[in-house]
Amino acid sequence: MPYTVSRPKLTFSEKAYFPAIFAGLGITLRHFINILSGKKKVTMQYPEEKWDQNLPAHYRGAPTLVRDEHGRERCVACQLCEFICPPRAITIHPGEIPIEDRWRKVEKFPQEFQIDMIRCIYCGLCEEVCPEQAIFLRKDYAITGLTRQEMVHDKKKLYELGGVMTGLVHKWNDKK
Amino acid sequence: MTQVLLFALISLIKTLGLIFLIILPMVSYTVYAERRVSAMIQDRLGPNRVGIPLTLFGLQKDIPFFGLVQPVADAVKLLLKEDFTPNHVNKFYYWLAPACAMAPSMMALAVIPFGSQLWGEPMVVANVNIGVLWVFAVSSLGVYGIVLAGWSSNSKYPFLGGIRSTSQMISYELSLALSVIPIFMICGTLNLSEIVRYQTVHGWLISPIWIKGISLFPLSINGQEIIHSFHILKIILWIPLFISFIVFTISMFAETNRLPFDLPEAETELVGGYHTEYSSMKFALFFLGEYAAMIVGSAVIVTLFFGAWHVPFLPTAIDDPYTFWGVILGLIHIAAFFVKVALLLLLFIWVRWTLPRFRYDQLMRLGWYFFIEIALVNVFIVAVILPFMRE
Amino acid sequence: MSAPSELLNVQIDGIWHQFQKGTRVIEACAQAGKFVPHYCYHPKLSSPGNCRMCLIEIGMPKLGPDRKPETGTDGKPLINWIPRPQISCAQDISEGMGIRTESPMVKECRNGVMEFLLINHPLDCPICDQAGECQLQEYSVEFGTAGSRFLEEKVKKPKRVEIGPRVTLDDERCILCSRCIRFMKEVAHDDVLGFVSRGSHTYLTAHPDRLLDSNYSLNTVDICPVGALTSSDFRFKMRVWFLKETKSICTSCATGCNTIIGTRQNQVFRQTPRENDAVNSAWMCDYGRLNYHYVNSTDRLQTPQIREGQELVNTTWNSALVKAGEELKQFSKDGIAVVASAKMTNEELWLTKNLTELVGTSHCDIIPRSGAADDILMSADRNPNTLGAQLIGLTGEKPGLRLKDIAEGVRSGTIKAVLALGEDLTQIGLQADELKKLASLIVLDILPTETTRSATVLLPSSAFCEKRGSMINIKGRLQRLHRATQPPGAARDDWEIVRDLIQKLTGSNGIYLIEDVFKQMTDSIPDMNGLSLSRIGDKGVQLVEETEEAPAAI
Repeated sequence: MPYTVSRPKLTFSEKAYFPAIFAGLGITLRHFINILSGKKKVTMQYPEEKWDQNLPAHYRGAPTLVRDEHGRERCVACQLCEFICPPRAITIHPGEIPIEDRWRKVEKFPQEFQIDMIRCIYCGLCEEVCPEQAIFLRKDYAITGLTRQEMVHDKKKLYELGGVMTGLVHKWNDKK
Repeated sequence: MTQVLLFALISLIKTLGLIFLIILPMVSYTVYAERRVSAMIQDRLGPNRVGIPLTLFGLQKDIPFFGLVQPVADAVKLLLKEDFTPNHVNKFYYWLAPACAMAPSMMALAVIPFGSQLWGEPMVVANVNIGVLWVFAVSSLGVYGIVLAGWSSNSKYPFLGGIRSTSQMISYELSLALSVIPIFMICGTLNLSEIVRYQTVHGWLISPIWIKGISLFPLSINGQEIIHSFHILKIILWIPLFISFIVFTISMFAETNRLPFDLPEAETELVGGYHTEYSSMKFALFFLGEYAAMIVGSAVIVTLFFGAWHVPFLPTAIDDPYTFWGVILGLIHIAAFFVKVALLLLLFIWVRWTLPRFRYDQLMRLGWYFFIEIALVNVFIVAVILPFMRE
Repeated sequence: MSAPSELLNVQIDGIWHQFQKGTRVIEACAQAGKFVPHYCYHPKLSSPGNCRMCLIEIGMPKLGPDRKPETGTDGKPLINWIPRPQISCAQDISEGMGIRTESPMVKECRNGVMEFLLINHPLDCPICDQAGECQLQEYSVEFGTAGSRFLEEKVKKPKRVEIGPRVTLDDERCILCSRCIRFMKEVAHDDVLGFVSRGSHTYLTAHPDRLLDSNYSLNTVDICPVGALTSSDFRFKMRVWFLKETKSICTSCATGCNTIIGTRQNQVFRQTPRENDAVNSAWMCDYGRLNYHYVNSTDRLQTPQIREGQELVNTTWNSALVKAGEELKQFSKDGIAVVASAKMTNEELWLTKNLTELVGTSHCDIIPRSGAADDILMSADRNPNTLGAQLIGLTGEKPGLRLKDIAEGVRSGTIKAVLALGEDLTQIGLQADELKKLASLIVLDILPTETTRSATVLLPSSAFCEKRGSMINIKGRLQRLHRATQPPGAARDDWEIVRDLIQKLTGSNGIYLIEDVFKQMTDSIPDMNGLSLSRIGDKGVQLVEETEEAPAAI
């Protein structure tokens, strides 16, 4: 059903536009002069100036894999991150730890673990979903490469970026 | 015969010099200024990187020059982009349109007096008696480029942009022409050079209370002349001339499709408007045409209202154009003209980044209900005042 | 209010239903739409009642002093509820029985049973292949508690035991439901599994001298409600929630067990049986289940090839088909032989039959395959669609009788062109050098063989999981195959290739869809009149009377 929208009653000066236009011009001029004179500084000159020191603890940079303090890989290739990943950036090829291995109790490990950083949207769901606390978003944000292949982080690169994370993980404990 | 050849040669030099040495660089740097000013208005910095790429030659640092080389980079980019012609367009008109958008602005420049004289040569390409009419006639051809582009693209957004631009430009041409009639009534001529000469004597038309008798070079004050040149009717005449200036300037905004009247290319509604389907150099020509039209518009405003090349308190007539000081004064006049144009361009930019776009019906209402009537009334007011001024 | 003799009145959660006499309580609940969680109960096996998950409340009709049921104000009998919970899987319904599946006591019982089952269960879901289809996970979410009150150390049991060549056992995960033991005893007739030790130390193991090496051992993996028994073939290959499931049938023998093919990213990861009481109950043999690896082979033929001199060179489909058409046109009727395969679908066989009629040859047959039948599911006939080939007329009452003539014809030179569809001609006794002498050898196949290497035109086709179509199993049941993956490279559906070959000989025949082929076929074969591919459905259609003594159905 059609109905009439009530319009505000405008005064003469409002109808004439000019006061509002000059007020607007004044605002833009003030901003222009503030930036031009350097009184106000908003932009950071990126490659020369960086914000790295101020990154918050929860900053979500590149997703990485971590080892524990004994160099054991925490990931067991459960593929939950591959499942949760909204852009499907993660590819995991699970494998079985050989029976001779010292840490065979864990049974399963990722033979290959790839994160396509062209696809990654840095949402952090992989970190959140990981039951083994193996994947963390670290503070690297300038992920660049000259080829698409270069932008796919393989297991080696992921452990390189991830480093060591200490904390209680029970899976290697024979009693647990 | 030699004289004709010499005239042709001098005209050619003036034309090419004006277009390639002044207008085209000015277009590039207007774009640069647009980007920098808009950035600063929005608390950003704008392009401040492109300079001399010394790192290409093995050095440690580039020289950024406040990004002043940015237009060169833009030009290279536009030239190297793929020139794509869609399959569904009318090829002939599709190719013709960008040229039609660019050429009229350049042609209108022919009658603009952009300086007094240099080596005795008047600084205007064609000193014709119908100067202002030529400007109006030629610049209204600019609409063809846009209409052709909109129609030949065979696509809905360009088509809408083309239709909008047709009605808009036709509407505002009326008030544009009507608003400057008082000037011709006051000056009694259509020749732009004559109008400028009138302003050097009687003061700029934007403020006709010019004080005659004061000169800085050589420094002298002629008290009797000051008193003689003052006239109460001049103050009264200033009111219709100011109205004339306002209407003319705003109509010029509409005529050059600048915000707040940029409905033909309203990005938020029409993608890119009439040039949606264009790329590479063809798009660049529309871009150039738009900015060139802006420069021409500013030049006309400067010529009609701001005394063109005239600098207050400096001598206007060059006694001996072949001396060093004569040439310097001629160059100062040319510089003064383009400084005035540049300031007006800054106004164009400033307005663009302040005001929002008009709604289409508001735009048409403004043109047909207000500007035409105001301009008409203005003509009558001046007609009533003028007889009393002629002693 | 007396029910017919075979129907009994049962009250479930306050509503009266009627069920057949002899229905188990848990089945009655299921029929009434009340789900009762269970581990040890399996509809195809006996019920020992040892998991205690299906505890419910049961009541019997209240009898008055006159030993007649007392009725309430609504005319229905009053119920005397038994104060203890009862298991629902090992008990049949009786007249006037009352059942409560949602009472507070039932909920508390389920909660308690879940907590007990999880006391010694390891928390290794991230590496457990059952995760995602694990009933322990599902019921834990639905009926269990969030945390465990168990502070002591969990009991350690054997892990990662290769209990058989195809099955890996993790005893810590086992909840002692004994489904696998009962399956091996009752269905596979190989009583090799059992529990040893006592109390919480009880664990599953095979007989000390034996392995779980029955041809049906992988069914124990299917019925294991937790991740204790896992398939060594599928172990750690892919999480089950990634698998796209496509209903199909097994093509490894004439039984045609109904299956589900699990695929991801165009790769087959596993086959599991699909319940169909008319064919395979809920089981399938390990041989058929694991007979899919060749589909994922990197050797798969991917590009059509034609022979130029000694070399086979890659070419386009059109030029390969044009060359095949020209070669077929060159030779007279009996100079051409067609060796089809009973692994092809009915549609493909039908088009092949059309082709043989078109060229006018009588040299056409399929290559029979046979092996040892067992008493459970496996047929002696290892071709999945022999009956279809017979019905369509590509072979006679006894398949393979004409092959000898074809082989001799090739040797003697009377047969100059052979069309081999999915079969290696060395199986009929022809050697590679004899095949090379043929003027024309057009081969459709999926993997390189001696025949494909000798071909003049090689047309890569599709494996069983890559095509749609129908087959007739040994009991005369028409069943459908569905496409689970795409054929590799430029390989195409067999029926399309045969259709295009026909078109090269005759021009267009108006067949664009496999439905068109099926329609033509059903129109001309009386037994199939009125059928359509979609009308076959998931469980198949009994088409002809059983022609052979069916293997003992379970």
